Amino acid sequence: MLPEIGQAALLLALVFAVLQGFAGLAGAARGREDLAAVTRTAALAQFVLVLVAYVLLTLAFVVQDFSVMYVTDNSNSLLPLIYRYTAVWGAHEGSLLLWALMLAVWNAAVAVLSGRIPWSFRARALGVIGLVAVGFLSFMVFTSNPFERLLPAALEGHDLNPLLQDPGMIIHPPLLYIGYIGFVVPFAFAIAALLEGAIDARWLRWSRPWTNVAWGFLTLGIAMGSWWAYYELGWGGWWFWDPVENASFMPWLAGAALIHSQAVTEKRGSFNSWTMLLAIAAFSLSLLGAFLVRSGVLTSVHSFAADPARGLFILAFLGVVIGGALLVYVLRAPRLAQGKPFAAWSRETLLLVNNLLLASACAMVLLGTLYPLIADALDLGKVSVGPPYFGTLFLVLMAPLVFLVPFGPLTRWQQEQGSKPLAMLAPWLGLAVLLGLLAWFKAPQGALKTGFGVAGAAWVALGTLRFVWTRLRAKGRSFTPEMFGMVLGHLGIAVFVTGAMLVEAQNVLREVPMVPGETQEIGRYAFRFDGVERVPGPNYMADRGHVQVFRDDRPLVLLHPEKRAYASGGQVMTDAGIHAGVRADIFVALGEPLGGDAWAVRLHIKPFVRWIWAGALLMALGGFITAADRRFRLPLKEAR
Amino acid sequence: MSAQPPSTGTPAGPDRGRLLLAVLLGGGFLALVLLLAWGVSQSDRPDRESLPSPLIGRPAPEFSLPVLHDASYSVGTAELQGQPYLLNVWGSWCPGCQVEHPVLARYAETKAIRVVGYNWKDEPEDALRWLEQFGNPYWVVVADYEGGTAIEWGIYGAPETFLVDAEGIVRWKHVGPLSDDIIDTVVAPMVEGMRTGG
Repeated sequence: MLPEIGQAALLLALVFAVLQGFAGLAGAARGREDLAAVTRTAALAQFVLVLVAYVLLTLAFVVQDFSVMYVTDNSNSLLPLIYRYTAVWGAHEGSLLLWALMLAVWNAAVAVLSGRIPWSFRARALGVIGLVAVGFLSFMVFTSNPFERLLPAALEGHDLNPLLQDPGMIIHPPLLYIGYIGFVVPFAFAIAALLEGAIDARWLRWSRPWTNVAWGFLTLGIAMGSWWAYYELGWGGWWFWDPVENASFMPWLAGAALIHSQAVTEKRGSFNSWTMLLAIAAFSLSLLGAFLVRSGVLTSVHSFAADPARGLFILAFLGVVIGGALLVYVLRAPRLAQGKPFAAWSRETLLLVNNLLLASACAMVLLGTLYPLIADALDLGKVSVGPPYFGTLFLVLMAPLVFLVPFGPLTRWQQEQGSKPLAMLAPWLGLAVLLGLLAWFKAPQGALKTGFGVAGAAWVALGTLRFVWTRLRAKGRSFTPEMFGMVLGHLGIAVFVTGAMLVEAQNVLREVPMVPGETQEIGRYAFRFDGVERVPGPNYMADRGHVQVFRDDRPLVLLHPEKRAYASGGQVMTDAGIHAGVRADIFVALGEPLGGDAWAVRLHIKPFVRWIWAGALLMALGGFITAADRRFRLPLKEAR
Repeated sequence: MSAQPPSTGTPAGPDRGRLLLAVLLGGGFLALVLLLAWGVSQSDRPDRESLPSPLIGRPAPEFSLPVLHDASYSVGTAELQGQPYLLNVWGSWCPGCQVEHPVLARYAETKAIRVVGYNWKDEPEDALRWLEQFGNPYWVVVADYEGGTAIEWGIYGAPETFLVDAEGIVRWKHVGPLSDDIIDTVVAPMVEGMRTGG
């Protein structure tokens, strides 16, 4: 009975979404404030209904209702309780429900928190979000019903994909989805602004924190996914340029560009139509990501099972949303007012370059991701595009960005004498180069990358701190949360660059056969293999290795890498033994048994790898702190 | 991504700029949608992602493996030569193998070709129990517990199926579960061709 209620709730939510879309757009177009007011009620009702559906599906997992097909496919009576909660988003239908829930949360938040902006604008924005919700909910109701019954009920479920039975998986998808779908808010605001035919600094200011929060969550989600891949897949890498990773990275890049261009548009009125286009692009890329993951068009470790009917549905949805948005854009954008003029050397120019570089990187990732498909369509053979393409081009595009970051905050709007920020930063540039040279000479391997990594990171960090110093010394000028967020974000880049470049340059990998008692030495570290034992887990059998690690001949840590064979399905998962450290991670993974007591063992030293995620964390924190600036919530007159 | 960030007025005039913008955005968008639509139409083609096996048209890698039901016997390329055979890689741990099992059983009943089971990385007791439970469609089952031979055959997942002709040349390979459709449209005609041709 309960699953039927869940399904009914989804259908009802769809009805409210249709109502919200209609009431919002028609109400604003006809000037009917009473009709437009319905949007708020419809948004709140949708939230309650989708939440009910979500809770009921979770309940079906907790009580193990194997008469629900989705539950049977993705859980098992041996599945630990915590993973029954997370199994809800373990496959296509349930994760779509999670998307819908996140959308409903953003939708309700906009409905509740948008009291201060003019009613017609609010109605249009909510109308657009309503139409997006119509797309998602009907996708679920018509092609991917999570409540579908299995009759007769199964006695036992198939189990959740073992890859997903992991703490990292508990938070990765929700964070990512909050971010993805959060871009619906700037998107809806852009469309509403285009429909109104004018951009008001008020609306723009009001939409900025939403973008920042969505982007912050997306950053956390991506970082969490990268961390999970690092320890769970057992490959020891942290980014693979896999199509699905790219699918999340493209909206991130567009979002990063959007955060900056929104600031210009709000403060200076420039880049109006570019900001609108970026807002459309960020959300379109989120939808494209959803399409790529769920349609089976590209294969990847992450993708859900292919189903052409679903693919076609999302494609149609994608076409309507992006096509409609672009149509509105092309018809309306040229009418937008031009901003104030600015000189060649000004903060506007620097932010323009920032945007061009981020947009190019985004286009580069898009092309690389779709290229295998393009090649296949044009019959050019099977092609795979991998790290050599992405890594090289990304480095080429991001290096100038890293160089320009410290100049941004120190350069004034509209016009600046080029020599001033340069004079302020010159000593720090010198110091950064010096540090880079030092690292170059001291590096045991990968000297070039180490040198550039250290120099780049030091330059961004020192240059950003130089701005903080200037700002704190200047009398009568406050240090706002918005600035603090920016500083944290930029310091995050420095930390990230350190991690990404140093782990690339200094990482040591050894794959060796080891018999119990044998010791392998890598640099300062020694690894003694103490054999493997069989240990039963709740729903798997593990081969657990014991590896004693020494640093400078002193015992450091005992690591337990595991290979787990899951009871149902027979999939084998590696679970690496990792000793995390600020300066380096020690990473041990168990390979194949080689007969007798010997095992293939992978020993990794990964210097500074934690800094990658720490950097991402700082960037996300910067986004959240910026969003918390009171200025965004003040009425227009007080804010300037 | 192709639109120009507006800084100052475009020299070409607003109308031409607008037209160019529309053409660029519209064209890019249409190309993307067409490409994705093509991708969707191809996404259920079972062999879409599989690279052609380098073994096709070449002699099957030699092997000799213990028979699952009686490990004191060995069967391999030498014993199988002279007649075509279908080598089906499976394991009791593999859900896809359960899916294709009825399909394979139906085809094996037609006795068009010898279906050889290749039990991969499996505990013999589990494998035997699996065959008892679901039925044994195989002419013979060889067991590759360590997975050494599988490497030479380029097997990286189960189920996989190879068609080898009477001369011991690999003619066809399929990754993933077999379907009635694949049997009827691909395997059966090829096997028929081998019979009449040889």
